[in-house]
Amino acid sequence: MSKHTLSVLVENTPGILARIAALFSRRGFNIDSLAVGVTEHPDISRITIVVGVEDLPLEQVTKQLNKLVNVLKIVELEPSQAVQRELVLVKVRADNETRSQIVEIVQLFRAKTVDVSPEAVTIEATGSGEKLSAMLKMLEPYGIKELVQSGTIAIGRGARSITDRSLRALDRSA
Amino acid sequence: MTEQATGAHHPQPRPRSGGQHSAPEQVTGAQSLIRSLEEVGADTVFGIPGGAILPAYDPLMDSTRVRHVLVRHEQGAGHAATGYAQATGKVGVCMATSGPGATNLVTPIADAHMDSVPLVAITGQVASKAIGTDAFQEADIVGITMPITKHNFLVTKAEDIPRVIAQAFHIASTGRPGPVLVDIAKDALQAKTTFSWPPTMDLPGYRPVTKPHAKQIREAAKLITQARRPVLYVGGGVLKAKATAELKVLAELTGAPVTTTLMALGAFPDNHPQHLGMPGMHGSVAAVTALQKADLIVALGARFDDRVTGKLDSFAPLAKIVHADIDPAEIGKNRAADVPIVGDAREVIADLIQAVQKEHSEGHQGDYSMWWNDLNRWRETYPLGYDQPDDGSLSPQQVIERIGQLAPEGTIFAAGVGQHQMWAAHFIEYDKPGTWLNSGGAGTMGYAVPAAMGAKAGAPERAVWAIDGDGCFQMTNQELTTCALNNIPIKVAVINNGALGMVRQWQTLFYNQRYSNTVLHSGPDDVNPEARGTRVPDFVKLSEAMGCYAIRCESPEDLDKVIEEANSINDRPVVVDFIVHEDAMVWPMVAAGTSNDEIMAARDVRPDFGDNEDD
Repeated sequence: MSKHTLSVLVENTPGILARIAALFSRRGFNIDSLAVGVTEHPDISRITIVVGVEDLPLEQVTKQLNKLVNVLKIVELEPSQAVQRELVLVKVRADNETRSQIVEIVQLFRAKTVDVSPEAVTIEATGSGEKLSAMLKMLEPYGIKELVQSGTIAIGRGARSITDRSLRALDRSA
Repeated sequence: MTEQATGAHHPQPRPRSGGQHSAPEQVTGAQSLIRSLEEVGADTVFGIPGGAILPAYDPLMDSTRVRHVLVRHEQGAGHAATGYAQATGKVGVCMATSGPGATNLVTPIADAHMDSVPLVAITGQVASKAIGTDAFQEADIVGITMPITKHNFLVTKAEDIPRVIAQAFHIASTGRPGPVLVDIAKDALQAKTTFSWPPTMDLPGYRPVTKPHAKQIREAAKLITQARRPVLYVGGGVLKAKATAELKVLAELTGAPVTTTLMALGAFPDNHPQHLGMPGMHGSVAAVTALQKADLIVALGARFDDRVTGKLDSFAPLAKIVHADIDPAEIGKNRAADVPIVGDAREVIADLIQAVQKEHSEGHQGDYSMWWNDLNRWRETYPLGYDQPDDGSLSPQQVIERIGQLAPEGTIFAAGVGQHQMWAAHFIEYDKPGTWLNSGGAGTMGYAVPAAMGAKAGAPERAVWAIDGDGCFQMTNQELTTCALNNIPIKVAVINNGALGMVRQWQTLFYNQRYSNTVLHSGPDDVNPEARGTRVPDFVKLSEAMGCYAIRCESPEDLDKVIEEANSINDRPVVVDFIVHEDAMVWPMVAAGTSNDEIMAARDVRPDFGDNEDD
């Protein structure tokens, strides 16, 4: 199964996330990760969905999503043509002996220490999924007390914006 | 990057009177709702009032343009709206209150969704401040119906009502039609607002494609003229697009055989020499076999449903597929298409006619004469038929066949779900669109009586026969009261075999004749032996109690007389209780989960297709 990143532009209306989540579960598609936020236009939200499917079911996913009345546009972002980021916050067990080793790992991955206490450090890191899992693998031996991860967000490379045309559509209807 | 969508267009509702925008008037939300329904042309609403929707029923009483039919159960309102829509081609409307009123609409909404019927369901909701508090008669009907509507709305502000109603009717009736639910909070109905028409619609994400792609049309025309064994596989989309005249031209122009699905009966005249009958699990041998052996299937407004394809990976193994549908998601969903065409069936077929004519003018014409030799042999060897019972009892197939033959011109038939539905599909001749209503996708038992009621309310000048089973009839017959009290004189044939006949047929064939819970006319033997063989309920008495004229028919000699009597009564609903043989079965049949190659023409009769498989 291959992973695909879909950027879905939707009207910023109540219930839209429920519609999308319900569609995925009803049609039997798996969401690997999901992130939602408003765009530069307050009436448009952008949902980044990473879905693990083959090409043919992927076509069904996008076609079914397109049938939702509040969905404005769907763009598949190819990994080579896009910047993809995740955020993790991780609390690692640390004492006087191990703290400096952990901080070294943090620097190695260009992450940040955001909280320190006598028994633990909390680390913030952003990056691709691969980078973050590599970092977590390094931290694991020290004892991960708590881990929270965001969904992937992604944006296409270059000057072009996928929201342009959708914005025009929305302006016309205003 | 692959972009999936293009620019938007914004169709606006047309004002019905004079083309002028009306000046804003001071009204309540409820008045605004009724005015909106009048403006969109909703002439009939089926429903039941209750607490949350009550404000809407007050101005409804004064409306001269909207007729409200008070049904006895909200499910009846929903199916009636569906029957109305299928018979008239207009949007059907049903109305219910919050909570249980709304949830009783769930089955007909799901039914309309599966069969792409344009339906607007209006439900009352508890006051907006009470939403989410588990208030009395509160149900999250928007959440509940999300997967079974084309779209739905929750309205909490009175000023949104005209726009949302306009949008609901627009969404329900355009593109691939479907049900739209509008849930309106009680305080929005009570609030003061202004009303003006038409409102500005705001649907930037809704843009159905209707115009087919010219290149795909040319490609399809080329395949049609090159094919040796083509079949036009016609689905309900052709009826919805009102494309039956175009279909006839295309069929006769190409000379290709036509098969119409259960949802498309009437799209192509049954008596036309190019018509092979219905495909699918209970399709004709000729139609099922034609699809299996075709080298080209031209699917028009059809969706390769499992009841048509049987085991999908062995369906039509040699066929190239041209698939035209207004819903892009249907194309390639079940069967990959060689030539996908997204568009309205009427525009697709009209364009195909021109493209095929062009091919013909260039000297490319399909030669299907060998194919017709095969098709005609299958048709002649395995026609639809039935045996008369040995014991002199009524044959259900004959009852249905005679109802069809004796019915006045233009009669609308509405079937329930089960054996009687398949026999009504087989043994009644459909020549015109809008003459056959049934629950195809959802298979909703109890559909017939309320759908017939809706059809008759929408087309009072036409005769309407509900062909129902005794199982189905017991689910929704309460609407006969509605018919009797509202001058909706439908006719109902209860094909009464005392059993859940289709389930019983499967038990006969696949469960060693162990008839678990399919006998309807009596309870378990050990509980009440006296009741065995009695007819409980007595459908004649039941129907009479509901204000109908009712007759029982038990012998073949009385059949025509009884049907003619039923046809002659038009001042009230008529119910005929036809006591039929319980062992009759629906043939042909492809057993569930098997290949269409395994079609059985009758019990233990597998058609012999000879050696013509690769000519």
